[in-house]
Parts: sequence; C-alpha cells; structure tokens
Amino acid sequence: MLENSPYVLQPASVRSVMFRVLVALLPGIAAYVWFFGAAILVQLALCSIAALAGEWAMLALRRKPAWLFLSDGSALVTAWLIALTFPPIAPWWLGVAATLFAIVVIKHLYGGLGQNPFNPAMAAYCLMIVAYPQIISQWPAVGFTDFAAQWTAIFGGAERHLDAIVMATPLDALRTTLHTADARATVAGILGSHATFGNIGGRGWEWVALGYLFGGIWLIQQRVITWHIPAAFLGTLVVIAGIASSLNPATYAGPVFQAFTGGAMLCAFFIATDPVSGATTPRGKLIFAAGIALLTWIIRTFGAYPDGIAFATLLMNLCVPLIDMKTQPPVFGHKKGSDQ
Amino acid sequence: MKSLAQLFSFKGGVKPASHKVESADCPIRPAPMPARLIVPLRQSAGHTAQCLVEVGQKVQKGQMIGAAEGVFSSATHAPTSGTVVAVGPEAVPHPSGLAAPCVVIETDGEDRWGERTPLDWRGGDPEVLRGFIRDAGIVGLGGATFPSHIKLKPGAAGEFGGRIPTLVINGAECEPWITCDDRLMRERAEGILRGAAIMRHLVGAEKIIVGIEDNKPQAVAAMRAAAAALGEAQLDVVAVPTRYPAGGEKQLIRVLTGIEIPYGKLGTQFGVQCFNVGTAYAIHRAVEHGEPLISRLLTLTGNVARPGNYEVLIGTPIETLLPLAEPRADTNGYLMGGPMMGFTLPRLDVPVVKSSNCVIAASPALFPQAPPEMPCIRCGACARACPAELQPFELYWHSRAKNFGKAQEYHIFDCIECGCCSYVCPSRIRLVDYFRFAKSSIRAREREKSAADLARERYEFRLARDEREKQEKAAKLAAKAAETKAKLAAQAAATTAAADDASGEAQKLGAGGTASEPADDPKKALIAAAMARAQAQKAASHPENTEALNPEVQAEIQDIEARRAKLRETAKAAQPQDNN
Repeated sequence: MLENSPYVLQPASVRSVMFRVLVALLPGIAAYVWFFGAAILVQLALCSIAALAGEWAMLALRRKPAWLFLSDGSALVTAWLIALTFPPIAPWWLGVAATLFAIVVIKHLYGGLGQNPFNPAMAAYCLMIVAYPQIISQWPAVGFTDFAAQWTAIFGGAERHLDAIVMATPLDALRTTLHTADARATVAGILGSHATFGNIGGRGWEWVALGYLFGGIWLIQQRVITWHIPAAFLGTLVVIAGIASSLNPATYAGPVFQAFTGGAMLCAFFIATDPVSGATTPRGKLIFAAGIALLTWIIRTFGAYPDGIAFATLLMNLCVPLIDMKTQPPVFGHKKGSDQ
Repeated sequence: MKSLAQLFSFKGGVKPASHKVESADCPIRPAPMPARLIVPLRQSAGHTAQCLVEVGQKVQKGQMIGAAEGVFSSATHAPTSGTVVAVGPEAVPHPSGLAAPCVVIETDGEDRWGERTPLDWRGGDPEVLRGFIRDAGIVGLGGATFPSHIKLKPGAAGEFGGRIPTLVINGAECEPWITCDDRLMRERAEGILRGAAIMRHLVGAEKIIVGIEDNKPQAVAAMRAAAAALGEAQLDVVAVPTRYPAGGEKQLIRVLTGIEIPYGKLGTQFGVQCFNVGTAYAIHRAVEHGEPLISRLLTLTGNVARPGNYEVLIGTPIETLLPLAEPRADTNGYLMGGPMMGFTLPRLDVPVVKSSNCVIAASPALFPQAPPEMPCIRCGACARACPAELQPFELYWHSRAKNFGKAQEYHIFDCIECGCCSYVCPSRIRLVDYFRFAKSSIRAREREKSAADLARERYEFRLARDEREKQEKAAKLAAKAAETKAKLAAQAAATTAAADDASGEAQKLGAGGTASEPADDPKKALIAAAMARAQAQKAASHPENTEALNPEVQAEIQDIEARRAKLRETAKAAQPQDNN
C-alpha cells in the first residue's frame, strides 16, 4: 500500500504515453513505405538500436536503473523522429550518429529524461544539416521503391549510386529555383512542371503528412497531447502563407502546400508537442507553436535551408522558460473580477 | 422542486472508480455499545475543549464533558452514560499516531440520557442560537470539523445586508467508497432539511441549494421528496456531475453558484456558506431535540465480507467496529476517510471522532503498491486535473528544490491536497507529498522567523534600554555636577568671611577647577567638589570639636593648632612650587 493519500492511481505511465506516440506515427510511416519504399524501416531500426544503445550506456554511466528507463519508450520516440526527418536513403551512419548525439549529448548530458531544454531530435537534425547538407538534400524519387538499390544507398559506402533514385523535395525545388535559377519562375510553374510534385504538398509527401495528421488527431483524442500546439502551429503557418501567397502567388507557396509539405505535420503533432522541451501552459503553448510556425515559414521562404522546422523549434525551445513564466494561468479564486 | 437552470463547472477533477455499490444499499444500523469510549477533548479545527469532569465521576448521555474554550472551539459530550475512568492523553486517529487529551468513559450499558432541552429557534436571539450550536459540539462533519457556529455568523451589515444569502448543503460525497452521506440523505432527508431551515433562519439566507453527485439518484429523489413535503420555499436539490472533488467545499460552491472562494477567505465574504448534510442533520437533532453531537454515521467497507453503514458513538474504538464488517484475511491495513484524501491508521485502538466518515480495509489488490517514481516529463496532466487550477509540476520543481519562495509565488497554499495530480501523474510522482512537505516547511520557517523576530526585537529593546540608561546616568551626573558647582559657589561665598585657611583653600581649589577645566566635564568637577567638601568638612570640624572643652585643654589645643598652622604655612609655601 502507498504511504500517503491518494491511495489509488489512475493507470498511467510514461511508457504508455511514449508508446502511444509511437503508435500514432504508424499511419504516416505506412504511407512513407508505400510511396518511398522500405528504406525508412531500415533507418527506423538503425536509429532505434542506436538510441537504445546510447541510452543504456548513459544509464550505466549515471548508475540509473537501466530497464526502468530503457523501457520507458522515450529513446525510441527520439530515434523514430530522427529517422523520419532524414532522407531514407541516407548512409547508415548519419542516423546513427544523429541519434547518439541526441541521446548522449542533448538528453543525458542535460540530465536525462525530463531535463533536456532542447528537443533532442531537432538538435540532432540541426547538427547534421550543418555538417552534411549535401546528404540531407538527397531524397528518394517518389515511386522508386527498389529495396535493393535503397539498401545499397544506405550501406554501400563509396559504392552509392544515387543519381537514378534521388530527386529534390518540392520544398527544395521551390527554394533553389526561385532563388537561383530562373527569374521568371513561379510557384505554380515549378510545382506544375513536375509530374510527381502533385498539387497539395508534393505527391507522396502529402499522404505521409495525412498519416501524421491522422495519428496526431488520435493523440489528441487519447489526451497524450492537447489541441493547442497543433492548432496554433498549423493555424499560424496557414495564415502567414495565405497572406503572403495572396499578395504574390508567384513567389510565395500557398497555405495548403506549406501545411502538407516537409516536416510541417510531423512538427505540429509530434515535434513541437514534446512536453519536456516545449511550453506547458495553455497560452504558452499557443505562443510557442505560433513562434515555431512563423520562424519555419521565414526560414523556408528566405533561408538557406530547405526546411526550417528544426531551427525554429530550437529557437523557440530557448524561449520556453520565459513563455511559461509570463503565461501562468490564473488560479482558482484569483481570477480577475472574482478577487475581492 | 425544479433544479437550477444553469450549473457551473469547476476545472480539473478526476473520475476514480467509485466503489459505492459495495455499501450504498446497506441501511444505517447502530453499532454495538463498546465497553469503553475514548472521547478526545479536541474534536474541532479550533481549540481543545476545557475538561469538565474528573476520574470517577458519573456522566449521563449527552452531558457536556468538555466546554468550548473561547470562540474558535466547540464542546464535547458524553456519548452514553457511564463513569469517567481516565482523563489524559490517548492515541487519536491521526497519520502520526499522535496522542491527545481524551476523556475515557466506561459505559454502563443503560444509555441514560441527561436532560435534553430543545431550543425554540424561531424567535430567539441569533447569538444565543449560535452559542447553543457551539455548546452542542456541532462541527463540520464533512471532514474539516470547522466549528459550525463560526460559519453561521454573517458578516457586518455592509456585506450582503448582514446576511449570507446562499446556503449550500453538501451531499456530493465525491470520495470513492464512502456512502454514509448517501444513506443519511436516503433515510433522514427531512432531518437534514430541518437543520438547513434552522441555518437559513440563523444567517438570513434567501435560498438553500443541496448539491448531490448524480451517482446517487435515490438520495436526490429522497431529498426532493422531503423538500416537497416540508414545503420550504427557495430550496433546490441539484444533481451535480459526478467528478472528484465535486464535494470539495469550494468546488461545490463553484458548481452551484459560480462563486470562487480563494484560499484564506471565508464564504461569508462572498455571501455563501456550505455545510455537509451530516452537519445539517446534527443541527436539527441538537436544536429541535436537545441532543448534542455524540454520534455520527460511518461507512465500513473495502476488503470486507460485510460492508455497511453504522451509526457510531463518538469515542468508539475502531477495533471494536471492525468485526462487524468481517475483514478478509489478506487485509493489510486500514484507511480512515476516502482513498483520495484519507490516511492510514497507524493503530486500531483509536476512537471514532467527529471527522471519521469511513474506515476502509485495504488489501494489495485494492490498493496496490505504487510503481517506481520517474522524472517529471512536464506533460501537464496534473495541471489539467487540478481543481484549484494550479500548475502542480511547477510547484513540484520548486518544492523539490526547496525553493519555497517560488512555490508560494505559484500559490502552493491554494492547493487543497485533493490528490488529483498524484492520481493522474504518468511518472507516478507523489506530488501531494511534495506539497505537504513544502507547506509544512514554509509554516515551520515562518514560525522560526517570527520567533527570531521576537528575539531580535527583545535584543534591540535591550540595546535601546542600555543606551537610554547610559544617557540617563550621564545626564544625572551632569546635573549633579552642575548642582554641586552651584552649591560650592554659594558655599564659597558664605565661607570667605571666615578667615580659615582650609576654607580658603577649598574655594581656591573649587574656583581653580572651574577656571582651568572645561566646565562641562562633570567627573572632574565632581572630584574637585568632593575634595572641596572634604576640606570644608575638615575646616569646619575644628571649632565644633573644641566647643565643650575646659580652658586648659583648649589652650593646649590652641598651642597645637598654632604649630599646625605654622607647618601648614610652610607646606603651602612649598606646594605651589611643586605644582608648578
């Protein structure tokens, strides 16, 4: 029996929270496999192993109960998010190194579960995109699901022959073409010129995003996350993109494209919603997510990197203590008007 | 009797398994009379009652054995007739197994009532009625045991016209397992409403709202039927949504009236007061039947073969009640109160007191050991569950870090310790324990601080006193010096006529003192004065001593005197040289 009241506890655990997050990622992963082949599964496995190994090593060093923390699922969530943000045909060591960095440096050197001020997956992504921008721009062409070729791309080392299977993501194509190549290029022209880019977020990618959306709504229904962050993130992104594209549709991509392309959906439901590194108060969550969306759009539109989510998330992680402090909700009996 | 059109709601709350079915259908039965009753003298949130009996004294049922000490206190009574066998510290139900002053009564089995005098409450002075309620030992039976007469005192005339417009009767009974209020409402609805009517009269309330969780439809129906039969105007029986802690006083007031009472404020200031159904019933019994509060309803449930609801005399040892319920073999402890806010009984010889509403037999299956505590992941589940709308995880960080100032900034004292945060926490953190720790540490620190303040005040006072005394002494000294100087001057003037060497000497000395030394040095002046005095005395003593002598001796003395004078002359001639 417990020592003090309450003597009853709701069945809940960190493990169940984390595993529900993993389950919610499955629809998106399924779509990913369908459109881009099974390479992503290899990456997920690699990152998972790396995460568990890194976690175990750090727990042993810190003399923490290994099984308790290894089984909490938090390392796997980090691993999966890293795998899902890198190109599936990236060499094997990229995801592994990123995951180890996330787990060892960003998570455990800051104090382990619950203590990290930065989102580990996003910090790892930032490190890798700064270090290896070339590799992270190599995305598989939609429909190219030849597993043998993908396997070679991942494990082939110097043997990698990527030309046949690589193409730019729609976001990347937009950015490079608009900024460097053709002064007469327009958003519609670029996206329309390519049969595989589709009309929403890029063919294939929009279905993956839809899978994330589906899983994310389930997470809200499960009360693992609240509506605040996804709503504020997507809402802000759509509003900014809507205003910009209505002012100049040739230069600025539309709101639906912005919401369904790149990592937007993943960020809205799975990255920005990381409770440890995110804001916690209801109003704080709205500000935090809106900030990520704004920075993401700015980096996507004017920056040098194809997607801005990782940088935007880290920047807003920095603001969390301030946001939380300034957005404390009123306490029962201390609201305006009810105080004597 | 129609329900209120609009119900408000409180934020947060949880829905633990209610476990009401086990005992809800067991009618109230009287518990058997124990051989001994242990009646604590302090059975209210206020001061300990003053003991009125001594060992060996016979008492009758309902006889006052402890008188209310001051306003914030409540009386206690003999629950049955018998003999006082001990007065002194006995173990009382408390998580710490604390001992408190008790009156132990050996029951005589006759259960003989003393004099019972009902009070005609409709006409009389409200202050008399409040005093009657205090002397009947009526305290909040919902668990807080706050003396009811204090809550029944309306504010000043400026506040709501010297009335409490709304009276809330709390029949929510939101804690799992407990069904005694449910049974009371089903079986004694009329008595509850009569008690409420007395309170309404006392505080001038316009309306009475009875709030009952909607998982007790029979109680709602019984109360509505009784209300209709009594024909009380402006009395609503309202079914409120079942969600713990809907029966928390502040939460129920919020749900029924929309009023939020902050920490540290009384409902009276907001025109509303809330009383448990048991309290209302006890007021009815006291005022209309002259029976003070000597028994209460208690649910015996949990890991037992025969759960039930019993009318138990205050002071009945818990261990004598347990056989009634037949606890199962794997019972590993007993809880007093509900599982959300109750506590483990450290021993079973403790008595039933006015706040004891339930005893739950625990078993590993019903109340399992908690899984290990994990780090907080800031998921915010606790904040969503908190009915006080706090941010428990922030309070947790600050309490854990012993950063109590911050904890207070985040309103730790608004925490009602309902346990919702611990209940939902996925990291299984015992949040309420941290808050209890922080609160008691803050209270201890404040006590220490006030003690230190007192000590410092005393020290500063002593310093000031010493300083003042020093100054007074100096002033006295100065005054004395000035006085002496003046006296000396006068003396000198008087003695110049007398051609005495010594006196002239003294004057010279005194005058020299004033001339050569700073006038405001009292010490030197005093020394000079003393020396002058001695000289003068010496000078004056000569004639006096020689007054009554015969001529021969006088001549002899004069001879000596002449010699002395000569010597003095010589010494005087030498002195200035030495001095210079």
